[in-house]
Amino acid sequence: MMAFDIAATQLCILADSQLWRLLTLQDYNTRVVLAGTVLLGITSGLLGVYLLLRKRALLGDAISHATLPGIAIAYLWTAMIGQEKTLSVLLIGAAISGSLGGLSVLLLRHFAKIREDAALGIVLSVFFGAGVALVSVLQKIKQGNIAGLESFIYGKVVAITGDDVGLAATVLVIVAIIIATLGKELKILCFDIELARSQGWPVMLLDCLLIAMVVAVTIVGLKAIGLIMVIALLVIPAASARFWTHDLNRMLMISGLLGGVSCAVGAMASAVFADMPSGATIVLCGCGFFLLSFTLGAERGVLWTYLHQKQLRRQQEYLHMLRICYEQLEARRALPSSAKTNVTELVAIREVAEARSWSLRFAFKIASELDARGLVVLRRNGDLQLTARGMVQAEEAVREHRLLEMYMMEQAEADVGQADREADYLEHGLLPEHLAALGESVARGTPPPVPPSPHPLKIDKPDGI
Amino acid sequence: MQSSSPATDLPLSVRDLTVAYHRKPVLWNVTLDIPDGKLVGLVGPNGAGKSTLLKAIIGMVPKISGAIRIFGRTYSESRAVVAYVPQRETVDWDFPATALDVVLMGTYGRLGWFRRAGKVERDAAHEALAKMEIEHLAGRQISQLSGGQQQRTFLARALVQNAKLFLMDEPFAAVDAATERAIVTLMKDLQTAGCTIVVVHHDLHTVPEYFDHLVLLNTRLVGAGPTSSVFTERNLQKTYGGKLTLLEEIGEAMKRRDQRSKL
Repeated sequence: MMAFDIAATQLCILADSQLWRLLTLQDYNTRVVLAGTVLLGITSGLLGVYLLLRKRALLGDAISHATLPGIAIAYLWTAMIGQEKTLSVLLIGAAISGSLGGLSVLLLRHFAKIREDAALGIVLSVFFGAGVALVSVLQKIKQGNIAGLESFIYGKVVAITGDDVGLAATVLVIVAIIIATLGKELKILCFDIELARSQGWPVMLLDCLLIAMVVAVTIVGLKAIGLIMVIALLVIPAASARFWTHDLNRMLMISGLLGGVSCAVGAMASAVFADMPSGATIVLCGCGFFLLSFTLGAERGVLWTYLHQKQLRRQQEYLHMLRICYEQLEARRALPSSAKTNVTELVAIREVAEARSWSLRFAFKIASELDARGLVVLRRNGDLQLTARGMVQAEEAVREHRLLEMYMMEQAEADVGQADREADYLEHGLLPEHLAALGESVARGTPPPVPPSPHPLKIDKPDGI
Repeated sequence: MQSSSPATDLPLSVRDLTVAYHRKPVLWNVTLDIPDGKLVGLVGPNGAGKSTLLKAIIGMVPKISGAIRIFGRTYSESRAVVAYVPQRETVDWDFPATALDVVLMGTYGRLGWFRRAGKVERDAAHEALAKMEIEHLAGRQISQLSGGQQQRTFLARALVQNAKLFLMDEPFAAVDAATERAIVTLMKDLQTAGCTIVVVHHDLHTVPEYFDHLVLLNTRLVGAGPTSSVFTERNLQKTYGGKLTLLEEIGEAMKRRDQRSKL
């Protein structure tokens, strides 16, 4: 009862608390912040797909860093002419220097023939360095409040205003329209630039369009996430989306969605933990989604790949066990003569384990799994019997293995042991058409159900099981 | 040095073409006429400038001098009748697209700005895939195609361009035997339909079998004409033998001089 009371009181406190107000969007400010960041997240998610496919993801980084000198100069300029510092002036400054940064990358690459990564490194560091220098000059002059500048670097989500939301919405609409109308042009640019050139598409112009869109997203992102981490929003949602689909349109949708959601959650987290910069929380949140996609992504999540491979390997081990049982019986001339036999003679699991160099424990594990599938009967003392179904599958496995083995010996001049190992390795990749061809090339004429083994097992004494 | 103007009626006419990468000549004074309706092999050792010649024809690498005419016009005027097939490795096959998507890109050129591929284009793309015997793979993600299937996709993409002149950069590189046969059949079919096909090729053994016209290239033009007369021991010696060392040395010297003058 006590515990219940405490829980109830805590709930009441929660309902009154800031967190509750935040989560239920009771404040106008919260709604504005949420709207602004979600719009930004969707836009950068969409655009990021094309940057990623154009292999220009780091271009976003260079451009966002290149906005800093523009902001600083704009700030200085408004201070000098004694005008009130308005956000739009700062953003225009950011847009101009960001565009210059993006263009410098293109020009360095095109005319100076510098490799793209070097060009990106040069532009990023030079522009950002200049920006840092200018900011320190501003700090020396100390005219007005320059604290606002820092929020451009790390992002300060609570500073988002209604105007910013309007800007974010405008940019989203523009980017969406461009992607909708120029989807085909952007696709050919990203996939095959040589074909694009040969068809006469203005590749440079399309690249400039991409840069312009990145600049626009950066401008929107400056306040919410800060220029250092804009790149994360451009790259992470798009890279995550690739794990879920092979389809470009779906990738765009998923990327936009992931961008929007990580921004929303990240912005909320930043508001809850009052001292944490929103850029950091948003990036961490996006990273969480990335890890999720990386492991669970429907198309290329590593978990599925791993499980699939594991299952494949297990299947191969089943076949190995069945095959060895069959061969043991064959060596003892104890193969059942008709398929009506319910179970075969006994095979000791120890022999199976030895033949495959398995540990006895592992052999037991495989055998009990086969038992559960009704292919063998596993006795407590470790004796195995093939069931009728098990016999059919074992025969199949042996046939495939021997056909391949004989083919190797006849055609590839492999010696006996080598052919056995090679066949062991290859048999699991066989398709029905390969088997048909093998059957034809090895066993011409009437197809024997199972060809005799080229290296029959030697049984010294007839086992008295 | 020839300086006559390019022939106006031929599918491809090249006059005195010189191309250099960073001052190192890759093509030196190449003059070449390709007659209509020929299946042309473009053969030479590595670094002989074969791919560069194709790229120069479609204006993708800047030329230092020379003139190129396609049916008597410049490339930008005759784009619609030229299909260029780049080397398979030049693109990232991990791109999120299906084989059909890639083939549809062949139609983008004639669609022009903003217009999307519609039913007509889709039908054409399916037809091209069927011609390459991979229509059943239309919806397959391209990263899951084998090398041969990827090359067939590229050729299907060239087919939908409805071109009269095909420029193919090593379509036989690293493909299986069945694909190689399919490509040869396609090229012969195109030739029967009146197209001209220029193919960068590496395997000398198959030259007489595949091509009725041959261009031997090693920085400069060694020989061009009907395969029967050009594909000779002497010409091959000239193409692949070390006879061009002097030119190479001059090229290197020019490069060095250029670097010095920069310093």
